[in-house]
Parts: sequence; structure tokens; C-alpha cells
Amino acid sequence: MTTPDIYRVDQRTEEYPGTFTLAISPRENSAPGNEATGTVAQAAAARATGAQQNESCQSFQPGQFNMLYVFGAGEVPISMSGAAGSGNGYIHTIRSLGAVTQGLERLRQGDPLGVRGPFGSGWPLAETAGRQVLIIAGGLGLAPLRPAIYHLLNPGANSGETMASRVSLFYGARTPAEMLYRRELEDWSRDIEVHTTVDSADQAWAGHVGVVTSLLSTTAIDPEQTIAFICGPEIMMRFSIQELIRRGVPTTAIYISMERNMKCATGHCGHCQWGPNFICRDGPVFRYGDIASWFSIREL
Amino acid sequence: MKTITDLLRDHPFFDGMAKADLEFIGGCGMNRVFKAGEYVARENEPADHFYLIRRGRAVIETFMPHRGALSLKTLRDGDICGWSWLFPPYCWAFDVRALDNLHCIQLDGKCLRNKCAEDTRLGYDLMQRFARIMTERLRDTRLQLLDVYGHPGQPPGDNK
Repeated sequence: MTTPDIYRVDQRTEEYPGTFTLAISPRENSAPGNEATGTVAQAAAARATGAQQNESCQSFQPGQFNMLYVFGAGEVPISMSGAAGSGNGYIHTIRSLGAVTQGLERLRQGDPLGVRGPFGSGWPLAETAGRQVLIIAGGLGLAPLRPAIYHLLNPGANSGETMASRVSLFYGARTPAEMLYRRELEDWSRDIEVHTTVDSADQAWAGHVGVVTSLLSTTAIDPEQTIAFICGPEIMMRFSIQELIRRGVPTTAIYISMERNMKCATGHCGHCQWGPNFICRDGPVFRYGDIASWFSIREL
Repeated sequence: MKTITDLLRDHPFFDGMAKADLEFIGGCGMNRVFKAGEYVARENEPADHFYLIRRGRAVIETFMPHRGALSLKTLRDGDICGWSWLFPPYCWAFDVRALDNLHCIQLDGKCLRNKCAEDTRLGYDLMQRFARIMTERLRDTRLQLLDVYGHPGQPPGDNK
């Protein structure tokens, strides 16, 4: 798909200042203007809260991204952060940084935007069956991993796939106030191991303080039965990979989500070329064993 | 019932240490429990002891005027707390506060540093063990200082 479809914002949720989540759906399915009420608004609310998202999102592979187009400003690649389901909308969690994301931040319920996608590769969820899954997220990196977490929490809804033997989430954020999806983290901790940490906090925070890699030492790892998904700032992924390798996890069992300057999203323009790969077409999710030699080249 | 020396032998920090050294160190150790909220150490106070955390969590803190106590790092089961006893002026550099009821082995740093001065082989062995932990904490601290979640580069595709 190379031409944007017109979507509208069903719901906007402020995660913390400068970071927000948009629930969007195709224009013909959206409530008009700012008057979304009844079932459409309820469905949007359900998507944003996560618990019922399997019922309401368009099909995509967890880990994929859309190109979101703000009219008059431009396009930006943003990963899906809701559940992949049978509905007709998407959920995206976005940090406001440049002109386009600032434009997205200004959108309110009912406002239009263009959408191209889904694009790229997803997390290899079929490979999680019977294995220990380590999900390592840093900052906004939890957003592209959330669809995978939904999948792992509810494997029965996914074509009878076998469950992972164990799922452990390690999430590092800057401060307690800048943690994404805090209510869901609590909910998830009833079904999977959830370890959180922040880089700095005051005494009101009773949780862990320290880098996310320090959390990994708290869990037993069977290297032969482990598969790891990592998403966050590249330096955080690099140190997480080093820790996993030190613990014996094979590089072929480590998957990361890469970011580069994606423009066309179809592997034609070359903006996101990374060695022999195009991040938009061959990624953003890569098996580390396949790209390790490129990962360490600083000029790329 | 396990002796302090047995407990030290089981702890990864002392992995591979000579039996006689373990017995010496264990001989000047004791079990210690800090209640949740109790301070294990206070900045600038004499650092005569260090601790092996057996169960519970503690947080290393520092106080900033107008901001209060700031948490720098959480310690938990299996962690070592304190190396200020090794270096002059032998004073704690930070506060350490128990987050839960904290079960530790308290070891006598003052006694041990005198022994290390006499027995440089033991001193070198201990210094290597502490240096490894210091290196890990320094690496972690550097990563924290980078503030990687707070100030990312321009996002891909959003460079207008």
C-alpha cells in the first residue's frame, strides 16, 4: 500500500507529558467530529485500555509499524501498540519530538490523519511455543512489544498455538512517572513475571532503581530454551544483548527492533538502508544472529 | 544450622575463596536484620562494616536540598552493600535504607582491612572481588547517566 487511507482519531490518551496513545480507525467507521459516543467510543476506549483489544484491532503482526501522515507536516513510522485482532483500527503510542509527532500530538478525537501500512517484520511469536520468553523493554520500547505481550497472554485466541513455557518482562523507564501502561503492568504481573526499574526516583517509589540489565540477574535462564525480544534505545539493546550472551543465550535466539530513518516504508527510497538490509522492509524486527556484524559498525 | 562461614561459602561473592580466608572473614561476621525503613548506613558516618544481603531489598540514596532523598540503586538478595570500609577516610559515601525487612550478614570491615594490610594475598583477592562489583556498578551508573530514555535522538522519519 503506497497511498494513505484516511483515518480518524477515536481516542487520545495522555501517557505522561509528551507521550500519548492514539486509537484510530478508518474514516467511514469513525464517529463524526468530536461527538463519538455509544458503541464506537466504547470500542475505542476498550482498545486504549488494552483488555479487550483483541476484539477491535486490524490484523497485523506484533512488531510491525504504520506510516502516520499528518496533513501539512509529513509522515512518520510508528509501531502498533495495541493487540492484533479482527477489528478495523489501530493503536499507536507516540512521543512528541519533531514536527510530525508534534502534529500528531495536537490531534484530538475526530481529527483525520493518513495511514499507510502495516509494514515490516514482526516478532517471531510462532517460535515462542514451549520456550522461556524474555521481553526486555526500555522507555517507549514497551509500545512495540505490547502487541506481542497480548499475544503471549492470550495464546488461545491465536489459532491454537502452543503457549510459551514462561514469560518474563523486564521494563526500564526513566522515572516512575514516565512508565508506560502502569495499570496494565500490574494486571500482567498476575499472569507473567513483570520486573520494572527506573533510572531515578524519589522515596515515594518503592520499586527497583537501576538499569534494566541489572534486572536480568534476578531470573533463572535456561539458555537452550530461551528466546528474547528486545526493544528500546540502541545502547540499551546493546548492553542487554551482551548480558544475554554472557548468560549463554544464543545470538540466534535474540530478536531486536531497529530504528532508522524510514521514509517510503517499502524498501525503495533507501533512507533506512542498513548494510544489506532496509529496516522498513527487512525489519524492523531482526534476529540478532543475522545482523550482529552490522550492529557493531558505528558508521551505520 | 549453617555457620556464618557456611553462608559465605554459598555466596557467589566468595566463590572459590580459600577455606582459611573464609573462616577468618566468617569469624568476624554476624547475622543482622534491619526493619523496613531502617537505615543500614548514613552518609559520612564511619564505614566499619559491610553487608551481604541474604533476603530483602535496600536502596542507596543521597539527599538533595529542596528535592529530598533520591534513590540511586536498589540492592537485593545476593548483593554486596558497602566498600567504603576499604578506602580512607572509611566513611559511607551514601545513605542505605532497607525497603523491606532486610536479612544480612554483617562483616567487620575495620578488622578485615587491618588483616588485608598484613596479608596482601588476601588483600589482593578481596580487592579483585570488590573491583568486579565496582566495575559492574560503574558501568550501570554510566548507563543511567546517559539518560537514554529521556533524550533520544531525532526519531526516524521525523526530521523536518
